[in-house]
Amino acid sequence: MAAVNPVAPAALVEDAAAVPARPARNRSRQRNLAIFRYVTFTVFGLFFLLPMLAMLRFSLERATGTGGWSIAAWTSIPSYQIPNGPALLGGVEITLEIALVVSLIVLILVLPTMIWIHLRVRWLARVMEFMSLLPLTLPAIVLVVGLAPIYNKIEQHNVSALMLCWAYGILVLPYVYRALAAGLGAIDATTLAEAARSLGASWPVVMLRVIAPNMWQAILNSLMLTIALVCGEFTIAYLLGYNTLSVDLFSISRNATNASVLFSGSAAALLFTFVLLVIVSYAGRRLQRHRA
Amino acid sequence: MAVAATQDAGTGPAGARRRPPAAWTGTVPFFAYAALFLLLPTGIVIWNAFRNSTGGFTFSNLDFTAPGVGSAFIGSFQLSLAASLGGAVLGASLAYAVATGNPDGLIRRLSVAASGVLAQFGGVTLAFAFLAAIGPIGLFLKASWYSSFPWGIAVIYLYFQIPLMVLVFLPAIDGLKTQWREASESLGGSTWQYWRYVGGPLLAPAFLGALLLLFANSLSAFATIVAWEDQISYVVPQLIGTSMISEVGLNNANQGDALAVGMIVMVVIVMVCYFYLQRRTSRWLR
Repeated sequence: MAAVNPVAPAALVEDAAAVPARPARNRSRQRNLAIFRYVTFTVFGLFFLLPMLAMLRFSLERATGTGGWSIAAWTSIPSYQIPNGPALLGGVEITLEIALVVSLIVLILVLPTMIWIHLRVRWLARVMEFMSLLPLTLPAIVLVVGLAPIYNKIEQHNVSALMLCWAYGILVLPYVYRALAAGLGAIDATTLAEAARSLGASWPVVMLRVIAPNMWQAILNSLMLTIALVCGEFTIAYLLGYNTLSVDLFSISRNATNASVLFSGSAAALLFTFVLLVIVSYAGRRLQRHRA
Repeated sequence: MAVAATQDAGTGPAGARRRPPAAWTGTVPFFAYAALFLLLPTGIVIWNAFRNSTGGFTFSNLDFTAPGVGSAFIGSFQLSLAASLGGAVLGASLAYAVATGNPDGLIRRLSVAASGVLAQFGGVTLAFAFLAAIGPIGLFLKASWYSSFPWGIAVIYLYFQIPLMVLVFLPAIDGLKTQWREASESLGGSTWQYWRYVGGPLLAPAFLGALLLLFANSLSAFATIVAWEDQISYVVPQLIGTSMISEVGLNNANQGDALAVGMIVMVVIVMVCYFYLQRRTSRWLR
């Protein structure tokens, strides 16, 4: 009955407008709800914002004494040398490179395999799902124990931290899989593929120029998850002894006397990841518009 | 049958029927990669957990009475319980606040997007942010409990547990139909009765499932707790980390693998229950 009623013209609160306003008896409930919502959003907003603000404040602290503002900690990042360690910028560079290579693994290995299985090898779909979601039950701290002997072998041939890409490709697999599976499920891939095939397209053309452009948003999502994960990953890099950005920040926190660089470095790392995500999302949208 | 046959024959413009290599061969590179970097490491961990220093079979690695091991498992359980219960209750309230708003509104879009980012935000930088906010020299609070276990670290964990709860639990709340509430009200039910007899039981499986997911999530977190405290091993992941970095402190090189197997067992139990509850949830809330 109430659902049939036309929505009352005078919306009580902006947010409550979505709920069809009902007469008298619900009015107090709606007011309580509005109060609950404002209190909740304020409290949680503070909880999530304050640590970030605190970090930002300390990153702008003068090195000598407390109080006062200075951007010295930020300007020293490019030339910062970790006590008994390498330059901070080296960690940034290698992290960026790893993110790039892992993205390539996703694009060249995971994505085509998923499309291929979806179109041609349906009986493997369950196996693929199992494999992809398995890392969820194998936390990085467990995986790294088994990876250590494998990386001992790898290090005999190549000692570059870039080799972390293989482990990271596994770490991102569940997230990438779910993002891509959602995209693949949202389009009628089979019909698209049949149409393209009947017009004479080869399978690579079907995947690259028919299916992939149609699930562009999902691909973009999976890449953003990949980048965010790689930039923040610590466990595997640290325990296998590689110096990525987060490992560098950790050693600063343990060795440095000047704490403000730690906070400016951490804030910069977050900012850096954020900017990277914005760039990827922007470039992706540009590319999509270009294609459309 | 006939349809399938025409499809197959009519694909090539020339209509020539030649047998391509079996379609599954295209998946070999991926599965080879997954086997090498996912299945092989898992196998190595399990294999090594049951081997002694000379290579023979043994159960002695799985010694939970070894110094620090038992307390680490208890610590892991305490911390995960605190962080998952807190995260689930607070996250559920936030999710409810989000769900009752405009489904296309700014608040909702912002909350969901922020949750997606923050749920993954469990790195070293998180610990440093809290150090700046409530640590010994904290800007807002010089909390005496900051370095106490498990409360100090549990509060830090909430930073990624609450957003995860919002992501997981929001669809369940969205699944509550307005009609159910109206039906309850037209029968004279109060708000409390609605939640006690309708909403609560409907959301219970989803809530428990999300709780388990959060439990597993805080169980396996490593980076944040190491950045918070790297001298004392409170939880199993820290102990595994210590065993990998230096062999001292543990009497056996393969104890790290045994601890890892212990972790696998715990996480698998939790995740199996989670998937079971997920299936139960989807029966009602669609």
